[in-house]
Amino acid sequence: MEFFLQQCVNALQWGSFYALIALGYTLVYGVLRLINFAHGDVFMVGAYLAFFISTGLLAPEGMFGFSRELALILTIPLTMILTSLVGVTLERVAYRPLMRKGAHRLYVVITALMCGLILENGNLALLGASRRTLPELMDKAVYHIGGITVTNLKLFVVLAAILVFFILHFIVTRTRMGMAMRAVSWDKFALPLMGIPLDRVVVFTFVLGSSVAGLGGLLFAMSYPVLDPYMGATTGWKAFIAAVVGGIGDIRGAFVGGFLLAIVEVMVAAFLPSTYRDLYAFSILLLILWHRPTGIFGKPLTAKI
Amino acid sequence: MLKLVRASSLLVCAAALLASGGALAAEKIKIGFPIPLTGEIPKVGESSKYAAELFREEVNAKGGLEVGGKKYPLEFIYENNESKPDTAVNVTLKLIDRDNVLAIIGPQSSRQAVPAGAVANDNETPMVTPWSTNPDATRDRPWVFRAAFLDDFQAPVAANFATKQFSAKKAAVLFEISNDYSKGLADNFRTVWEKGNGKGSVVAFESHGPKDQDFSAQLTKIIAAKPDFIFLPENYSFVALIVTQGRDLGYKGPFMGSDAWGSAELMKLCKDACKGLFFSTHYAAAGAQGATKEFIDKYNKKYGYVPDDVAALTWDAVALITEAIQKVGAVEKNTRKMRKAIRDNLAAVKEFKGITGNMRFDEQGDPVKCAVIVEIDQKGDFTFKESVCP
Repeated sequence: MEFFLQQCVNALQWGSFYALIALGYTLVYGVLRLINFAHGDVFMVGAYLAFFISTGLLAPEGMFGFSRELALILTIPLTMILTSLVGVTLERVAYRPLMRKGAHRLYVVITALMCGLILENGNLALLGASRRTLPELMDKAVYHIGGITVTNLKLFVVLAAILVFFILHFIVTRTRMGMAMRAVSWDKFALPLMGIPLDRVVVFTFVLGSSVAGLGGLLFAMSYPVLDPYMGATTGWKAFIAAVVGGIGDIRGAFVGGFLLAIVEVMVAAFLPSTYRDLYAFSILLLILWHRPTGIFGKPLTAKI
Repeated sequence: MLKLVRASSLLVCAAALLASGGALAAEKIKIGFPIPLTGEIPKVGESSKYAAELFREEVNAKGGLEVGGKKYPLEFIYENNESKPDTAVNVTLKLIDRDNVLAIIGPQSSRQAVPAGAVANDNETPMVTPWSTNPDATRDRPWVFRAAFLDDFQAPVAANFATKQFSAKKAAVLFEISNDYSKGLADNFRTVWEKGNGKGSVVAFESHGPKDQDFSAQLTKIIAAKPDFIFLPENYSFVALIVTQGRDLGYKGPFMGSDAWGSAELMKLCKDACKGLFFSTHYAAAGAQGATKEFIDKYNKKYGYVPDDVAALTWDAVALITEAIQKVGAVEKNTRKMRKAIRDNLAAVKEFKGITGNMRFDEQGDPVKCAVIVEIDQKGDFTFKESVCP
């Protein structure tokens, strides 16, 4: 039993990252019907930005030399802001011109894939292949609660993911901007007639998605402090699968899908030989999609988000 | 008339090309390095390149490598294998076919060396892999050699040391499933350990994929089996993550590692978590003497850090090849003949004094040499603990 609960805790932490990335996929898809395949790499950029910001703030010889607590508190918003700038730049430079010219959505998706590769290899060219490691921003404490071991960082990660979900859910369902986002996914062409600024809504969507990815990158770099330029690719793809299984376009789906994927992965590794983890894990997800092709929360051809 | 002019000018061009090509081939000795400059183990590629450059500069400063009374400058061509098996095959083929190298040094990790070895063997080009320890890299391949010891030697070294040092009876293993090196060593270790401690004494045998970063599921399973120590035949970038995550999950026992730990980058990534751990490797930089110390000092002076085992083994591999080239006695214009002569000389080496110790070569082209156990001390240095000879 303890073993099972411990594995649940492991899955919760791992699922938080999937959920944070999947939320970004689902937001953009929900509004623009565009699969932003560069999103995993935006997450990677977030992790690297967190690395540079925190090392810069902490450097004793630098002009700041902040304490670790202050550095952490400053790194979180700075990483989110800078990562969202990256996301918005992608939209501005790569996606918007194509969509303006009336390109089919497929071309934009391929462009997104290319943007992801550009981010990965640009990073490689710029920073070299050497691995980076984030400085410790938090004193690590290990708690033992009735046979279960958990660190303060893990709790922090899970809480952050849950908090982000509720904030996003609130924004989308309760605010004027959220209403505009839902309106875009209903009918892009009628929108300007109603006086809703389409571009601003799209940019806002990218800001939301990318800043969440930035937060995810920061937390990921704190939990797994070995950064490499390709870290976003595999994790990003898996998070995308999580979003699809949850029902892409629905933020509850991304959240549930992220945790579901992690639970399946961890439990397969825990109770079956770990050699076959991905094989079994993704077969199970395939079965779920077989049963519900639009994902758990997805409804065919209705309003998404 | 025009036709004739065109034809003759073509002929002239071709002749010029042939002449220049022939002249170039005669002037320089080309050796190819398919090494991992990016990807999972970039530091390994860097170390190999630095060590090779050190060697090349030293030889070329004296006018080149002396073969049969004439000096030829060395030309080393570095190709990036991206730490991937498929890329390793491609770049090795490129070096053989396009660059016409006389010999190949690399790839370093067995994951790339096993497939690349097949290419070198099929194309009849001598290859020395400095760092690969998986037996398959050289098995039944007369053209492939290595400078490192084998996993079936390393596994008992690690097992015996753990039995003695930790008085261990139960072992757990975590390895990377898609890596020939990691998997081969893990399998070997399990066989050896179960032979010594009875069936079921490897209480957990878990694996992970090449891109994984979270190992808590496997580690929870391992910790629940209560092993006396965890054996990690892993690349250094995984070691840093696994050791920290194991500690976070409340594991207090020791980890034991293998030669892939010995990168200069391990301590930068792992920090305090890896201090006090042991691993088996090819040489220990701290406390080295003679030619080994000379190499360490030169390397440290030039690049600003103590060379790791890959650097030392690469140096030995280059020395092995250049010695074999010198023994040919003359540089042949015909690359195929030259390659054959180098291979024959490599196969004939009975004993070689390298900076990673003395080696003898067996009929598979594998060296018989000593291993060392290294302790990571509180300063983060790799210090000599003991030496194990076959």
